Amino acid sequence: MKHHLILKVITKFMVGVIVLFGLYVQFHGDYSPGGGFQAGVIIAAAFILYGIVMGLENVQKVMPIWFAQKAAAVGVLVYALTGVFSIIFGFEFLNYHAISPEHPKHGQHYGIILVELGVGITVTFVMIAIYYSFAGRTPRLDDKEW
Amino acid sequence: MALTLKHLFAVIMLSGAFSLVSAMLFVVMDAVDVAFTEAAVGAGVSTVLMLATMALTVRVQKETKRAIILPLVVVCLVGVLLIYGTLDMPNFGAFDSPAQIHLGSTYLSITYKDMGIPNVVTGILASYRGYDTLGETVVVLTAGLGVILLLSGLKGRKDKE
Repeated sequence: MKHHLILKVITKFMVGVIVLFGLYVQFHGDYSPGGGFQAGVIIAAAFILYGIVMGLENVQKVMPIWFAQKAAAVGVLVYALTGVFSIIFGFEFLNYHAISPEHPKHGQHYGIILVELGVGITVTFVMIAIYYSFAGRTPRLDDKEW
Repeated sequence: MALTLKHLFAVIMLSGAFSLVSAMLFVVMDAVDVAFTEAAVGAGVSTVLMLATMALTVRVQKETKRAIILPLVVVCLVGVLLIYGTLDMPNFGAFDSPAQIHLGSTYLSITYKDMGIPNVVTGILASYRGYDTLGETVVVLTAGLGVILLLSGLKGRKDKE
């Protein structure tokens, strides 16, 4: 996609908007529709769009393969450690009251935000890593070959 | 139309468009979060992955010489059975459907009291059903690991040779 000037300009503009919308879906998930899964796929779609239009090398400068593959595991770790945190403070696994025992509602808020963050991180980077492993094997194609 | 097409690029594009339409269907049914997912995964990511797969394999479907009568009969029979099955289901949005009168109403009434957040879906997913969601996240990670192992491994081996 060397000569698609309009696509490139629009993509540069849209990637920011898509990531911003993804962050809104992620952190406003308690109040509006959405949550970690939705936010993850939206943010991953932004990176994939950038990869399609700008080329795989350019998106991998922003988000290296090793980072995407390792960060995918970090999300599950965030989720599971939230549960372990509850156990350490004498509550059941994933009982968010442990985070603020005086205000159980606040604890639920923080707990939900934490585990949704874990889900979001995992889904984002798994999607990006899957895209990389597919696109990394695809030979470069001219526009005519499609 | 997608059934008779042999050109795979057109088939992939049509299935992406179908996903986008079904995302709109989810919006109409007030399931906005499902619509997000369908639009991003169904119309976006999976279309890109299908195109990448097509670039690796072939562009046009092979002609088949087999008779299509028997498969057609089987597909029609299954379709008729599925439609017959839906006749017993409650109407869309019916207030006395099992989904509304059993656990659903309990969750609707206690979620705000327990957590102080208005989005009941998030409350159930992240707190009441936290174990399930942890499992789902692990499933997503495992799926990703599987794809990475299957597709990146060969390339590394080829480079060494």
